[in-house]
Amino acid sequence: MAKTLGKVHSIISNLVLVKVEGPVSQNEICFIEIAEERLMAEVIKVVGNIAYVQVFESTRGLKSGALVEFQNHMLEISLGPGLLSKNFDGLLNDLDKMTGVFLKRGEYTNPLEDDKKWSFAPLAKAGDKVKAADWIGNVKENWLEHKIMVPFKMEGEYTLDSIVVAGEYTILDTIAVLKDSAGKTYEVTMVQKWPVKMAIRNYIDKPRPFRQMETGVRVIDTMNPMLEGGTGFIPGPFGTGKTVLQHALARFADADVIIMAACGERANEVVEIFTEFPELQDPRSGRSLYERTTIIANTSNMPVASREASVYTAMTIGEYYRAMGMKVLLLADSTSRWAQALREMSNRLEELPGQDAFPMDLSAIISNFYARAGFVYLNNGETGSVTFIGTVSPAGGNLKEPVTESTKKVARCFYALSQDRADSKRYPAIETLDSYSKYLEYPEFVEYAAKNVSPEWIRDVNEARNTLVRGRETAEQIDILGDDGVPLEYHLIFWKSELIDFAILQQDAFDNIDGSSSMERQKYMLSMVLGVVRSEFEFESFEEVNPYFKRMINSFKQLNYSEYESDQFKKFEQDIKDIVNERKK
Amino acid sequence: MNTAFQKVYTKITQITKATCSLKAQGVGNEELAMVNGRLAQVVKIWGDDITLQVFSGTEGIPTNAEVTFLGKSPTLKVGDDLCGRFFNAFGDPIDGGPPVDGEEREIGGPSVNPVRRKQPSELIATGIAGIDLNNTLVSGQKIPFFADPDQPYNQVMANVALRAQTDRIILGGMGLTNDDYLYFKHLFDNAGVLDRIVSFVNTTEAPPVERLLVPDMALAAAEYFAVDKNEKVLVLLTDMTLYADALSIVSNRMDQIPSKDSMPGSLYSDLAKIYEKSVQFPEGGSITIIAVTTLSGGDITHAIPDNTGYITEGQLFLRKDTDIGKVIVDPFRSLSRLKQLVIGKKTRKDHPQVMNAAIRLFADAANARTKLENGFDLTDYDKRTLDFARDYSNELLAIDVNIDITQMLDTAWTLFRTYFTQSELGIKQDIMDEFGNY
Repeated sequence: MAKTLGKVHSIISNLVLVKVEGPVSQNEICFIEIAEERLMAEVIKVVGNIAYVQVFESTRGLKSGALVEFQNHMLEISLGPGLLSKNFDGLLNDLDKMTGVFLKRGEYTNPLEDDKKWSFAPLAKAGDKVKAADWIGNVKENWLEHKIMVPFKMEGEYTLDSIVVAGEYTILDTIAVLKDSAGKTYEVTMVQKWPVKMAIRNYIDKPRPFRQMETGVRVIDTMNPMLEGGTGFIPGPFGTGKTVLQHALARFADADVIIMAACGERANEVVEIFTEFPELQDPRSGRSLYERTTIIANTSNMPVASREASVYTAMTIGEYYRAMGMKVLLLADSTSRWAQALREMSNRLEELPGQDAFPMDLSAIISNFYARAGFVYLNNGETGSVTFIGTVSPAGGNLKEPVTESTKKVARCFYALSQDRADSKRYPAIETLDSYSKYLEYPEFVEYAAKNVSPEWIRDVNEARNTLVRGRETAEQIDILGDDGVPLEYHLIFWKSELIDFAILQQDAFDNIDGSSSMERQKYMLSMVLGVVRSEFEFESFEEVNPYFKRMINSFKQLNYSEYESDQFKKFEQDIKDIVNERKK
Repeated sequence: MNTAFQKVYTKITQITKATCSLKAQGVGNEELAMVNGRLAQVVKIWGDDITLQVFSGTEGIPTNAEVTFLGKSPTLKVGDDLCGRFFNAFGDPIDGGPPVDGEEREIGGPSVNPVRRKQPSELIATGIAGIDLNNTLVSGQKIPFFADPDQPYNQVMANVALRAQTDRIILGGMGLTNDDYLYFKHLFDNAGVLDRIVSFVNTTEAPPVERLLVPDMALAAAEYFAVDKNEKVLVLLTDMTLYADALSIVSNRMDQIPSKDSMPGSLYSDLAKIYEKSVQFPEGGSITIIAVTTLSGGDITHAIPDNTGYITEGQLFLRKDTDIGKVIVDPFRSLSRLKQLVIGKKTRKDHPQVMNAAIRLFADAANARTKLENGFDLTDYDKRTLDFARDYSNELLAIDVNIDITQMLDTAWTLFRTYFTQSELGIKQDIMDEFGNY
């Protein structure tokens, strides 16, 4: 198909108006020529013969009259083996393949390796009937079984005409030939392209999530569980530990593939992942964490338009691995920066603004995006999931702002970070009582938890939550009436809730042992703590309550720092029992 | 630049307070121009209509002003001759010395590829315990002081700059009062460190829009020393609030739709472009940025400090502690996000636990004070926390403290032993056994 050409007419920062000499389509990609460089851009609006394009690079030095060539396709990325353990920018350029210390404008690099040989094993045979997303082969990518699938774009049913035997192939080698009902043949390689702004929907069914996604973070797993294929968001003012929490999730979550989209955030935080992940071990497989991780780094100083693309790029990779039957955890930090990228462009387009100058359709864009996550049954009955947790950086810490509000409507888990908790160094600073997981109400999950954790689990979790509520209420009473103005019982209620806070909610993300807590250990801790909560104690005066519980909390903290069921662990366990027995009625 | 064929335009079609427009061809985006001898920059191209932002303002610009385009975006001549000199926002000397000869480089250049960055890991010691103990600075970090206009932020920043072990200091002054400008000048002079320092200064006497060039100028110089010379460079930017105000003036003149607090919608990206220039290069050079963001009425939810907080790696708050009558670094609201990279690693291993325990006890003291103010009786523990808080403020948090980190930790342990039992500290047992001396 002939490519439409055009010429630059106007330039306002990274919004460029192009006079076109032929057909163009919305979201079509084009390249603008400037000296030796070609700048990639995307059509975002068309009026008459003028196409409005957002340029993914700086437009410094660009002149009106520059040549533009349209590409007949939307923003697409290449999907194939070799996406893991890589660092990409928002447009899926491999950052490691770029030359020089500084990013060069107009430098685009291949995300995959065209000449690397992969050990391919067929999963289908000639004559099989196949359709899009059916598994036809397998290659080992690090330690994962990377499935080679019938390209998602292929509609209808095909017959597998031929497939290569097991052996070493590159991603560009034809590994299979498909034939449609009219007898036309199609060659299939290990790589396929997909437009990032479209959801990959090649699955049979998308039920409500029901399986727990273990994260190792107690305040999430115990109090506000996340499920496989679930959605959640973490809003919080700056300095409340959003990023530390996301990194902890990336490290310890029970997922096959982790995709981290650093979307408009600090470069040093991404460097931390680059530096530390290759050194860290996946607690389950014992392999380097980096082997299951893909990083999309479009930091705050990188071009705004590719920041907008970066979350879609990350989601598309997530959906790709989901189609292979993997559990994918997608983390985006932060979706507010993505929304701000939308706002900058909307302002330049002089669209009528919505609240806080965000585009009117912000809410729809956010809910469309969250809807791409989910748990699915694939064509062959296997399951796969994309779990999505995004951070939100509310302006001024105000949760009534448009991005937080729009996200709240769609995300099922809400992890509220609180400035007060952060100030008093109670990390992770998730305020349990303000947070929620709607999944606790899902009958599917209640049943799952009863079977897989314990029959009393949901009841126990609710009891812990109620204790916290009562603790908060009595704390207010004590503040108003004074220590000696309330019954002794109030101090007990307050300190029992403090015990839950210190022993379960608080967790040292930087400690090797306390950093991640297995579900078994969490179950043990909750029953241990509830044992204390349910006990009656004898005190002469309120002044004895504080030091007594401080001592007990100290032992619980030491317990959390000890390896599960080690001698040290048993010693502190005994300490706690002794302390409890001192005053137990 | 070939001036012989330079075309001169003399027909201005539109003039606003900060911009003017004219018809011209072959003009590049962000290109510089001269309008009757005043420096201007292309901010919008609409077909043949070119809009120029005139840095020094458009007062007195006639419709027949002479406009020439310079064929380049703003540049700075970099070289070792920059050292010890004072420049204005355009990079011209203001200290009476000769112009600098050096390689001409575009300012506001491209970003560092994130995979080429190194993880910051070098501690920058300042001797101030409120910083070194609780909010340790690391080379390659960016951190602002959030300060009320009446606080001594420039003095503290200057102290930090002079005590820190760095090769080069670049001062970017935006809207500095003449008094503050002279303060910096004398201080650097008297400390005998002038040859380590390069200053770009826009005083309150100069037009506000000129300020927009200062951070990029300062950072272009910083990149020269950090990349070409592999030096450890410390960049001081004061006051970024006035920089952001200048941004809002321009966007207002360009009829852009303002977002929160009448700031441009791109404020986050604009600030990030500056702060993200801080970096640890693999070859050893680094750029560290310490900035000042003044607050109005202590409001950190205003768009400027709010966006800054999301970009920078922490923030430092100063506060007057009325109990001891000194300015302290507020341990609750201050935060250095990169401290985890060095504390307990480059410093003694009890550092993280001691730091957290002390702050927690200081928080308990704050609660006790509230109780006292509300007229309630204090427990014995409450009283001890109050005594501890007074000593902790005086001996560690006050900005006039100047000791090394090991001394800070020892001081904290002494205070712990004086006022508290082991179980009240909640410190890991092995650390307690090794350093507690209980």
